[in-house]
Amino acid sequence: MMFVRSFLLSLFFLVFATPLHAATLAEYTFEDPQKAADFREVIDEMRCLVCQNESLAGSNAELAVDLRNEIFDMMTAGQGKDDVIRFMVARYGDFVLYDPPMKPSTYPLWFGPLVLLIIGALVLIRALRKKSVTQETELSNDEQQRLDTLLKQPSDSKDAKK
Amino acid sequence: MSRYLRFLVPLAIFAVIATFLFKGLDMNPREIPSPLIGKQVPEFSLPLLEQPDTQITNKDLLGKVYLLNVWATWCVSCRAEHETLVQLGRMNKVDIYGLNWKDERAAAQTWLRQLGNPYAANIFDKKGRTAIDLGVYGAPETFLVDAKGIIHYKHAGPVNPDLIRDKILPMVAELKKKG
Repeated sequence: MMFVRSFLLSLFFLVFATPLHAATLAEYTFEDPQKAADFREVIDEMRCLVCQNESLAGSNAELAVDLRNEIFDMMTAGQGKDDVIRFMVARYGDFVLYDPPMKPSTYPLWFGPLVLLIIGALVLIRALRKKSVTQETELSNDEQQRLDTLLKQPSDSKDAKK
Repeated sequence: MSRYLRFLVPLAIFAVIATFLFKGLDMNPREIPSPLIGKQVPEFSLPLLEQPDTQITNKDLLGKVYLLNVWATWCVSCRAEHETLVQLGRMNKVDIYGLNWKDERAAAQTWLRQLGNPYAANIFDKKGRTAIDLGVYGAPETFLVDAKGIIHYKHAGPVNPDLIRDKILPMVAELKKKG
């Protein structure tokens, strides 16, 4: 009972937990809710350059704050998501994008997993086929003899346990 | 044949993975290729660190090959690299301009008085807006710019004497030859 209660409680908190960054973003208010959504989306898609595993939305690094402010200013001045992305890529390169564009230098990134999957499937199919084709192999004379003697032995070890 | 393959294929896969991982050992994840290589230094108009009333613009720097070094007094690695810059300044082979990034003017001036001043001039970027245009994501960073204002090279992190001797000065010489 106790366990169920604490489990449900943790579940409740997990479901209703607000993302950590929500509080720091409260200062950015837009009149147009669409703009606000765009802003959230675009800073979620950008990588913070200082702490590279965080998004611009989630990072408290000073540069991330500056960039958020810059993006906020751009968007309140009427620029769209695409303008912001162009602005960021021109300065920091594709590296800032968590969603990398499709181009020759990123083909391995996009198609690598697919290629690996195909290779894996081929190997698996071959292995399975080989297994089903494998014939029962003939025993050599030696082996046949050993088998015979084993079969002839009384299975007393089993009975002894009674 | 297939008997050998059974051993060779995993060996080959292992070799490929090992090669990549080994290479990864001394790759620096902070070194991000700059999209600004081959592009103009972005436009700016900012006060000088030394003279708050005097503005310096990107156009003032045209006509010579120079290094643009991004630094700040709050940046520990900048202190580490400073001596190297002072020595480079003494060689008189290339002008060094500083971009003093999000810093306190008084602290920066004290720093230069105490540690030596290798800079031809320092651009005072209090808000860090020009640094954003330069794609700066940490200090120190050093750009090599030609006489037409085009960025040819960028180094993120402190410069060291080896890098200056083997990479930067040869590039400077080449750019100066081209004019």
